[in-house]
Amino acid sequence: MSQDFMRQMPDAEHHLSRRPGLIFRLHLDVWLLSILLLLMAGGLFVLYSASGADLDETLSQVYRLLFAMGVMVMLAQVHPRHYRRLAPFAYGVTVLMLIVVLIEGVHAKGAQRWLVIPGVFRFQPSEIMKLAMPLTLAAWLSGRPLPPRWKELLSCAVILAVPILLIAKQPDLGTSLLVGAAGIFVVLLAGLSWRLVGFFSALAMAGLPALWMVMHDYQRNRVLTFLNPERDPLGAGWNIIQSKTAIGSGGIYGKGWLHGTQSQLEFLPERHTDFIIAVLGEEFGLIGMSILMVVYLLLIWRGIQIAINAQDTFSRLLAGTISLTFFVYVFVNIGMVSGILPVVGVPLPLVSYGGTSSVTLLAGFGILMSIHTHRDLIKRA
Amino acid sequence: MAEFRHDIKDSDLEKHIFQFRARLALVLVVLMILGLFARMVWLQVWQYDAHAARSERNRIHVEAVPPTRGLIYDREGRLLAENLPSHSLTIVRERAGNLDLVLRRICDLLEMGPGCVDEMHQRAMTRRRPFEPALLVDQLTDDQMAKLSVNRYLLPGVEIEAQLRRYYPMGEDLTHVLGYVGRINEKELKRLDPTQYSGTHYVGKSGVERFYEDQLHGQVGYRKVETNARGRVLRVLERQPPQPGSDIVLQIDAKLQKEANKALGDYRGAVVAIEPKTGGILAMASMPSFDPNLFVSGIDRKTYQALRQDPDLPLFNRVTHGRYPPGSTVKPFLALAGLETGSVTLDTVVNDPGYFQLPNDSRRYRNWKRWGHGRVDLHRAIEVSNDTYFYHMAYIMGIDDLSQTMQRFGFGSDTSLDVEGARPGLMPSRAWKRRAHNQPWYPGETLSVGIGQGYWLSTPLQLATATAVLAEHGRWVQPRLAKSINGKELPLITPDTPPDIQLHNPEYWDFVVNALVDVMSGPEGTGRRAGRGLTYKMAGKSGTAQVFSLAKDQEYDADKLPEHLHDHALFISFAPADDPQIAISVLAENSGGGSGVAGPIARHLSDFYLLPRLKAQQAEKEGSTDGETP
Repeated sequence: MSQDFMRQMPDAEHHLSRRPGLIFRLHLDVWLLSILLLLMAGGLFVLYSASGADLDETLSQVYRLLFAMGVMVMLAQVHPRHYRRLAPFAYGVTVLMLIVVLIEGVHAKGAQRWLVIPGVFRFQPSEIMKLAMPLTLAAWLSGRPLPPRWKELLSCAVILAVPILLIAKQPDLGTSLLVGAAGIFVVLLAGLSWRLVGFFSALAMAGLPALWMVMHDYQRNRVLTFLNPERDPLGAGWNIIQSKTAIGSGGIYGKGWLHGTQSQLEFLPERHTDFIIAVLGEEFGLIGMSILMVVYLLLIWRGIQIAINAQDTFSRLLAGTISLTFFVYVFVNIGMVSGILPVVGVPLPLVSYGGTSSVTLLAGFGILMSIHTHRDLIKRA
Repeated sequence: MAEFRHDIKDSDLEKHIFQFRARLALVLVVLMILGLFARMVWLQVWQYDAHAARSERNRIHVEAVPPTRGLIYDREGRLLAENLPSHSLTIVRERAGNLDLVLRRICDLLEMGPGCVDEMHQRAMTRRRPFEPALLVDQLTDDQMAKLSVNRYLLPGVEIEAQLRRYYPMGEDLTHVLGYVGRINEKELKRLDPTQYSGTHYVGKSGVERFYEDQLHGQVGYRKVETNARGRVLRVLERQPPQPGSDIVLQIDAKLQKEANKALGDYRGAVVAIEPKTGGILAMASMPSFDPNLFVSGIDRKTYQALRQDPDLPLFNRVTHGRYPPGSTVKPFLALAGLETGSVTLDTVVNDPGYFQLPNDSRRYRNWKRWGHGRVDLHRAIEVSNDTYFYHMAYIMGIDDLSQTMQRFGFGSDTSLDVEGARPGLMPSRAWKRRAHNQPWYPGETLSVGIGQGYWLSTPLQLATATAVLAEHGRWVQPRLAKSINGKELPLITPDTPPDIQLHNPEYWDFVVNALVDVMSGPEGTGRRAGRGLTYKMAGKSGTAQVFSLAKDQEYDADKLPEHLHDHALFISFAPADDPQIAISVLAENSGGGSGVAGPIARHLSDFYLLPRLKAQQAEKEGSTDGETP
């Protein structure tokens, strides 16, 4: 199936080499670029409705996205070998920032995530780790004999554990989950033997009760509420009940743009951030949902295709991981809003209101483009 | 899959494995997205009718039922804070339609003045969860309720809610102990748990009400109700009753508290009385005070401004926030420090010509009595409050030992268990001076500190606490307001309790206590006037805190100074000296000498509290001996 699809898809570089234009010179990938633009444009419409037809908020999101696009274009110019070289450095600096955040960071909603550079801007170092982690692990593993064996696995575990614990301590369950997923994808794609995969899965299952012990009360509450939303109908359960009602009442065709009663009547909490897909579901129905999921699938598909065509192990591992992490984003967000996963703070990629996550996500796509457009014409062995 | 054993890199193998796994992942991605799609079909097609009906009518609401706030009692069971029924007007702004129109109608109906609509608008817009009522007016009168009820059809989204309102029967007598509750403001809204407070309009703003907010508030309940299209409740479907807040019994003795306020009279000042055995705060008076009931339903701007701008600072809690030089009241603690560090012995005699001089320094540090007390030993130094002796002692001891020992009595830190906002005061040290002023410590400064002046600042609560520790011969119990919460006694010792003070020679305690008894009853005692006619042994110490420093050889003359520069009068005491039941600190601002004003207040409160008790204890003792004798 995937082979067929690839044949039908014209290879971007050949396609472009016939008329080398701006996009070629900017090292951009036409496929990724057009799907991303489609996604973000659609997302802005939903955001406008979700923010209660607030043009200012929508415009500020436009600026954020433009900035993030700028970052993407910049990163696409850099040759992958530089990424490989700089990976350990990026990792070290980000871990350092995570430590600083724990000591000096700014509180918001009971968690300590923000690092403020006064007068300039503020950001969450944990976001940067979402990219620094796959970069580092890919760089490290690609220099070792693969598939990874115990010695490599042990180092990977250390590289992975330090930032995850730091992020979990903030506490930010959603991000540590995503960073952890990124790390695990690198190892899996590097060829971890199935026997060990089975072993570690069993170990993780056994470790679940331990995780429960170290979770914060509010995190436990979320899990309990997920298992039984009626338990807390005034608090977290409210979100799930209301978002399910919003999506469900959209039906096949939806209530129409700006006409979602649940969302417009302010029944739906966090409707322009983590729960924005409920607005889409209510106003554009199953059709809108399906289009969105197809768009996401195309992005991931293209990302994995780039990974498969990449010419060295580092690029392959990195591209594959970025694509799969993006999928985790999508799956966890849609899953939690539609009530099949517990509520962890993961935004809907490139649609939810918010700056930092858009920047890291588009930065990831910038790296994908760099990998794809910096291939040698003569393949290396 | 087979185990791969290669120690050199095999690019083809790596590529092969990778491509296989990437394709496998893609298949999984497609399957999982199909899973999400199936979920959407389930919600949007299969369950569509149910969700659509629910959304369209939006009839089922979950409403919060606020818990009843816990009551507060004093140690004798007198009610100090209660809840009275009252009616308030609330609005759910999502149901109001044209909000401004509705608000204007309310203002017209209630005949409220101009600016009413703006104020109401502000209250209605207080950020809450959607469909949660916001408070517009409290304490509706019957007349207002009648008018609003008749015109209810004109006021969509508006409800008259029966509620309980906090009331403090003792009024201004206990304000600085209990604090008060007030309407939740925007800032608190961010801090408070939105679920727990979804039906609550009030929160503890200060004092006990604030410190024990979590215990007093209770657990929110909820009810699921069916409403009509305009939001009026038709039927309750399900309910989970709220859990009322815990009742709190305080250590406070309301009668003593009242008497303390009365005893302070027109002085600005503070009185703290502590039961040394339990650390229980029997009274904590700060005068002048104000009526906390004014704040519960929202104070009007004019009254509030008047309170704020009053030069006597009624809003200021002098017990916990007032920082005063402790003056001579700390001499007993300093004496213990001197003995413990070996700076003086029980027999050390100092000759007092009326001043003390540092070697190679011409400056004279003067005794309060110009011509001096002659030859003075430690006992007499305490009894007559001789400054020269204590200059000498401080000079030998040095600031480091002095500061450290005083910190063990709680100076320079907040040792209270549950007194909201209690300040640490300031116990100066070398390190502090370096930090705060970036200057070295000068020997002359040790002398000022040696008589409780200089940089040393303490709160009346700290003085009473240190006195209680002294009364208990160094055994620490944290001062506390609460006795029991929901019938559960608070533990006497907590992890935060400072370590007990152990002296090398425990006889020092008795020595200092005896000296303090002579302050009240000795022939030269500075408190002998206040101690006249005592029927039990009372230990006390007077103190006078200078508000500003006199220049060299300048005389302090009260008549020539404006009142706010007059000395503060201080007094500490505990009694009975051999079985301490009450420790007191008194502060009267700008009232002159400690023995003149503050001493008699301490004596009066001691009598007031102890005499009936001693009598009862006596009667009991006689009763029991009577029972034994055949």
